Amino acid sequence: MILVVAEQRDGKLNRATWETLAAAQAMAGTMPVKIVVLGGSVGDVAAELAGGGVAEVLVAENQALAQYTPDGWTQALRGIVEQASPAFVLLPHTYTTRDFAPMLAARLRKPLITDVVAISGAGTDARFTRPMFQGKLVAEVRPQGDGPFFITVQIGAYRADAVVKGAAAPVSKADVAVDQGAIRQKPEAPFQEAKQAVDLGQAERIVAVGRGIKGQEHLPLAEKLAKAMGAELAASRPICDNGWLPMERQIGSSGQTVAPKLYVALGISGAIQHLVGMKGSRTIVAINKDADAPIFEVADYGIVGDLFEIAPAIVAELEKI
Amino acid sequence: MKIAVCIKQVPTREWQPRLTDDKTWIREQDASWEMNEPDAYALEEALRLREKHGGEVVVCSAGPSRVQQVIREALARGADRALHVEDHALGAADAFLIGDALAAAMTDEHFDLVLTGLQSDDQGHAQMGVVLAERLGIPHSTIIMDVEIAAEGSSVRVKRELEGGWFQWITMPLPALLTIQSGINQLRYATLKGIMAAKKKEIKKVALPAGLQASQQILSLALPTKSKQTRMISGSAGDAAKELVQRLREEARVL
Repeated sequence: MILVVAEQRDGKLNRATWETLAAAQAMAGTMPVKIVVLGGSVGDVAAELAGGGVAEVLVAENQALAQYTPDGWTQALRGIVEQASPAFVLLPHTYTTRDFAPMLAARLRKPLITDVVAISGAGTDARFTRPMFQGKLVAEVRPQGDGPFFITVQIGAYRADAVVKGAAAPVSKADVAVDQGAIRQKPEAPFQEAKQAVDLGQAERIVAVGRGIKGQEHLPLAEKLAKAMGAELAASRPICDNGWLPMERQIGSSGQTVAPKLYVALGISGAIQHLVGMKGSRTIVAINKDADAPIFEVADYGIVGDLFEIAPAIVAELEKI
Repeated sequence: MKIAVCIKQVPTREWQPRLTDDKTWIREQDASWEMNEPDAYALEEALRLREKHGGEVVVCSAGPSRVQQVIREALARGADRALHVEDHALGAADAFLIGDALAAAMTDEHFDLVLTGLQSDDQGHAQMGVVLAERLGIPHSTIIMDVEIAAEGSSVRVKRELEGGWFQWITMPLPALLTIQSGINQLRYATLKGIMAAKKKEIKKVALPAGLQASQQILSLALPTKSKQTRMISGSAGDAAKELVQRLREEARVL
């Protein structure tokens, strides 16, 4: 049996859950797939999941799970996994999963393979493909020892609409004993830093700049290119970390996810955290001095060369006529 | 405050991957190395907390002898001393193995706070810090963008990054482990004085405990295959720009 761990916040299902379910169905072979959802009150989410072609939806409801904490999730899932004894536990590779899954796997002393983009072989012969070295290499890995094996599935690696739906599956209450006193983290309510002044999600064209720009003093180069293309200016994480552009212009897993008509990556190497935020763009142009940069894997058009020469040349070309 | 910072040595960003003959690991002899970037931010945060609250900063690293390079660098930036779990087998070790190795070396130190980067730029499991917290029996929080130590020093309040521009404050008792997000602070670099002082600082070597097991095996490494047909445009900057603009206008129709 494969157990998928759904992710929800305030009764709203994270759509990465469907992608993870698609991965589970793809690797299941003859194994049934079940899904578990945790929270304070998650009946609506459970009903939504019941149509997902699963054998059973397990509902782990407890007041101690009303707010996410790694200690609460680990306690609850430990009991559920031990009782259900699945061959594999699949989770979406979200920030929440990253917070608790290593603790759960470490407590059970079972392997955890993270950020999986492809699964080959079925059932217990399965092998898992994941990026390494910032996407410069891909590795095929195999868990060691006995299961259950914990697997996190990279966002965007499987398609949510690939889930084979089915008749409404039975929804069962999972037996969860959570000791509130053993939860050491006391969370406050989530908040947004500032109302986003720029909604990059609405932009038709985006010029995004990365480490290749070298210094803040060179940003006008990218601004000119953006202006000439009628594009919004955005950036990869390191540029915003350095304070060269505000955080609200950051594309990637910690920033905004965009899918414009045109995305120009200027001096961006294409670490996976950036790619998940932009690889759905319709046309992607990559300009980078390193021909092996992972950004070229998702690019429709690529130029290997010096952005300090190429960007002004594009501006000059656009200003002709 | 007794603060530990876990640091990993990883290939530099400019490194071009080359594989061993059996294609299960990189040719380490060809690589150039540097401090894992998120770990550098964790170190900086530790140094700032020491400046504010007093105490000491201890660098902890598990790896082959080559990792002394980044340990020395951390000492030059201002860490007080170091623990090095040294073993040739740790070069390609997974997060569980390194977590177990570090936990064995760190348990008796009874640190008040343990900081790590949120993930490594080599294998990138994003697990080691959390596994280490579990092995040390202390609470954790991940992807941290701000750290406030309570006045009486018994708890810590941290700002955790969620996805899509959301954040959340979380309070937990000390001792605790935090994985630090890049960009939490501005990094300092080693001064000549720091480099000289580092030479006299203690690096305690610790043997790898016997009997630790790997949790996963790398069957093969390869260059990624393209998911798209990429049209590479060559020529001078002027020629390439001209062809690109033409193709974006006439072929892709996005300009």
